[in-house]
Amino acid sequence: MAYSSILDWIDFFKDPMDSPYYPFDTYNLAYDIGFKLHEIIGGTIAWLINLLFPGNGVSEWLMCDYVSAIMALLIFMILIFLVAFVSVLIVLWLERKLLGRMMDRRGTMIGMKGFLQCVADGLKTFMKENTIPKKVDKMTYIWCVSLIVGLSVLVACMVPLSSRWYVVDYQTGLLIIMAFFALAPFLILVSGWAQNNKYSLIGGMRAAELMISYEVPMLILICTAALAAGSFNIGDIVYYQNDHLWFFIPQILGFIVFFFCATAEAERVPFDIAEAEAELVEGWQTEYAGMKWGLIMLADYLRGTVSCGMVVILYLGGWTLPFIGDGPIPEIVFLLKAYFVFFLMVLLRAAMARVRTDQILNIGWKVFMPLSVINLAIVIVLKVGGLI
Amino acid sequence: MADSIVPVKEIEEKMDTDKMWVIMGPQHPFSHGLWTLKVQLDGEFVTDADPIVGYLHRGWEKETENRTYPKIIPMADRLCYAASMTYTHLYCMTVEKALGIDIPEKAKYIRIVADEVCRIQSHLMWLAAVGTDMGNLTVFLWCMREREFFLDLNVKLTGARMTTNYPRIGGVRNDTTELFDRDILRTVDRFEKALWDIIALIDDSSIFVSRMKGISYLSREQVANMGLTGPAMRGCGVDFDIRRDDPYDNYDKIDFEVPVLTEGDSYARYMIRVEEMFQSVEIIRQAVAKVKAIGKNAPYRMKVPSKVPKGTAFMRMEDPRGESLMYLVSDGTDKPWRLKVRSPIFTNVSTSKAMCMGCRIADVPAILAQIDMCLGETDR
Repeated sequence: MAYSSILDWIDFFKDPMDSPYYPFDTYNLAYDIGFKLHEIIGGTIAWLINLLFPGNGVSEWLMCDYVSAIMALLIFMILIFLVAFVSVLIVLWLERKLLGRMMDRRGTMIGMKGFLQCVADGLKTFMKENTIPKKVDKMTYIWCVSLIVGLSVLVACMVPLSSRWYVVDYQTGLLIIMAFFALAPFLILVSGWAQNNKYSLIGGMRAAELMISYEVPMLILICTAALAAGSFNIGDIVYYQNDHLWFFIPQILGFIVFFFCATAEAERVPFDIAEAEAELVEGWQTEYAGMKWGLIMLADYLRGTVSCGMVVILYLGGWTLPFIGDGPIPEIVFLLKAYFVFFLMVLLRAAMARVRTDQILNIGWKVFMPLSVINLAIVIVLKVGGLI
Repeated sequence: MADSIVPVKEIEEKMDTDKMWVIMGPQHPFSHGLWTLKVQLDGEFVTDADPIVGYLHRGWEKETENRTYPKIIPMADRLCYAASMTYTHLYCMTVEKALGIDIPEKAKYIRIVADEVCRIQSHLMWLAAVGTDMGNLTVFLWCMREREFFLDLNVKLTGARMTTNYPRIGGVRNDTTELFDRDILRTVDRFEKALWDIIALIDDSSIFVSRMKGISYLSREQVANMGLTGPAMRGCGVDFDIRRDDPYDNYDKIDFEVPVLTEGDSYARYMIRVEEMFQSVEIIRQAVAKVKAIGKNAPYRMKVPSKVPKGTAFMRMEDPRGESLMYLVSDGTDKPWRLKVRSPIFTNVSTSKAMCMGCRIADVPAILAQIDMCLGETDR
C-alpha cells in the first residue's frame, strides 16, 4: 500500500457547484464555507481512518459527493442559525444600551460594553427551575413555546442577508417569509387558552386583535413593493431598487406605514398590547417561567430583527449601496441597515406609550389601511407613467 | 378615538356574555404597593370594580397610644414613604393645637418649604408611575432623576433622604443649614426647566393624551358624595384647597394659585398635579425669601410641656394626595388616649369603581395612577 498524503484527501479548490447534489441554483457563501469545512475536517478524518485501516472504503465514502453534500448542508444550517442568533444578540444589546442612553442611565454594563449581559441572562434563565403550573393544558402549553420559537428561528434564518447568503431563493420568497411570520399570533392565541390564566387569555385575544389590525395593510404594502419591482423574489426586489431608486423615496407613505406595521408585528411598544405589563402582568407569557420564558423573549427579538430586515429589503435597498451595488461584504451592509431601522424602533419605544386595543384597531383600519391603498395607487400611477 | 366610555347597558343588551372577575393584586405591576383591585370584565370592558386594602395594616393608631408624644414623630414619618414630612407636620400641628401654642414664625416658613419639597417629590413619583402604567419607561426614569435633586435637598435640610424626622412639636428640629436657600433656589430653577421636558414627552404625544382624555369622567356631585379630595377633586371642578381656604401655618401669607379644571377626566387630574408642582415652586421661592428675611438668629423651636391637657383637637392639611386629618383625644397624660388618622387615599380608592366603570381594562392602570396610591397611610 502506498503512503497517502493528507492532501490526497483534501481538495481546497473543489467547487461545490460542480457537485451533482448542489442544492442551490446560484452561488451560496454559507454552503461554500460548509463545504470547505467538510473538506478540511472530513478529509482529515478520512485520512486518519485510511492510515489506521488502509483500504477500508469508509474513507472514500466520507469524501464522496452525497456525504459531503449532507455534511455541508448540516454545517450550512448551523452557520445560518449562528449568524441569525448573533445578530439577534446584537439587537438585544443595542436595545438595552440605546434605551439606557435615552432614559439617562447606562444600560447593561457587564463585559464588552454590556454585551455579555445577554450571555448572563441566557445562563440565568437556563438555570431557573422549569415550573409548569398544575392546571395548564400541558401539551399545548409546552408545544406552543417550541412552535413559536421554532417559527421565529425559521423566519429569521429565511431572511437573506445578501445574494449569496440565503436559505431559499424562491420566486415567491417574500410571500413565504410573510406567511411563516404571520403564524405566530395564532400560536399566541392558542397558548393563551392553554395556560388557564385570565391574563394570558386576554393577552392571547389581544394578539389576535392586534393581528387583524396590521396584517391587511402590511400585505397590501408587500404587494405594492412586489408590483413596483415586478417580482415576489427578494433578490429581484433588492436589485430593482439598486438599479432604479430605493423604494422609500417614491413610497414614503408606504415606508412609514410598513415601519409601524413591522413594529406591531414584532409586538414592541407602542403596539405591545398582548403583553401589556401594566394591566396584564406579562400578558400571554404570564405562566411561562425559566427557560421557556427566555426562549420566548429570544423569539420576540428574532421577530423584531426580521421585521427590521423586511423594512430594509422592501424600502431601503436591501444589501446594496448606491453607486457601489453589492460591494465586498453585502451581509454587513444589510445588518447595519437593519440595526438602523431597529434604532428607530428603540426611539419609538423610548418616546411612546402603549396604545389601547380599540385605538390600534382604529389606527390599523382607519389610518394604515387608507394610507397603504393610497400608496398602492401612487405606485400604479408611477408605474404606468414609467417613472419608477 | 379617545372616547372609550361605552354605556355598560348598551353592551349588555347586544349580547349575553359571561362576566369574568380579574383580580389585580396584591402582587401586580399596576398596584404600587400592596392592594388588590378586583375588576369584573365583560370582554375588555369593566363592569364592576372592588378595591381591597388592608394588607399593610400595622396597627399604627393603636401603637401611638403606648408612646409619649415626641416618640410618635418618627412613626408619623412612616405613614407615607413618598411624602413623609407632611404627616409629621400634621401630627405636630395637631399636638400644638391641643397644647394651644403658637410656634415661631421661622419654623412655620421652614415647614412650608419642607412641605412643598415633599409635595414636589411625591408628585414626581406619581408622574413616574403614570409613565410606567402607560407603558413608557422614559418618563419614569426622568422623573426619578429629578426627584433625586429634591431628596438631596431633604438631606441638606434634615440629614435624611426619605423618613426625615424633622418637624418637632413647637417648631422644627434644626435651623436651615448654610447655603440651603441658595441650593433650593438652584434646584427649583433647574426643576422648572426639566419638568417642561417631561411634560413635552407626555403632552406632545397623542397616544399619551388619548389614553387620558375623556376617560373616567367624574362629576362635581359624584366627587362631593364620595369624598374624593386632593388634586383629583380639583380636576373635577371643585375649587377647594385647604392651604388657601383653611390655612395652617403661614400659607395665608403666601401668594399662590389653586389650579382647578372642570373637565373631570383623567387628563384633567393629570394637569392639576403638574400645575401644582409649578405652584409649589412658587411657594418655595416665597417661603425661602421669608425665611431669609426673618434672619439667622431667630428662634425656630420652642419648649413645650410633655403633657397635653385633657381635651380633643383636630387638624387637617393639604397632603399631596388630598385632605389628611388627625384627631387627637388626650386624657391629660404624656401619651395620647386616641389618635385617629384620616387618610385621603383610603377614601379616594373607594371611588375606583365609579372611575373605572365602562372603561377598558387597558385604562384601569392609567386611571388609578391618578389616585396616586400610597399604602402606608391607607392601611396605617
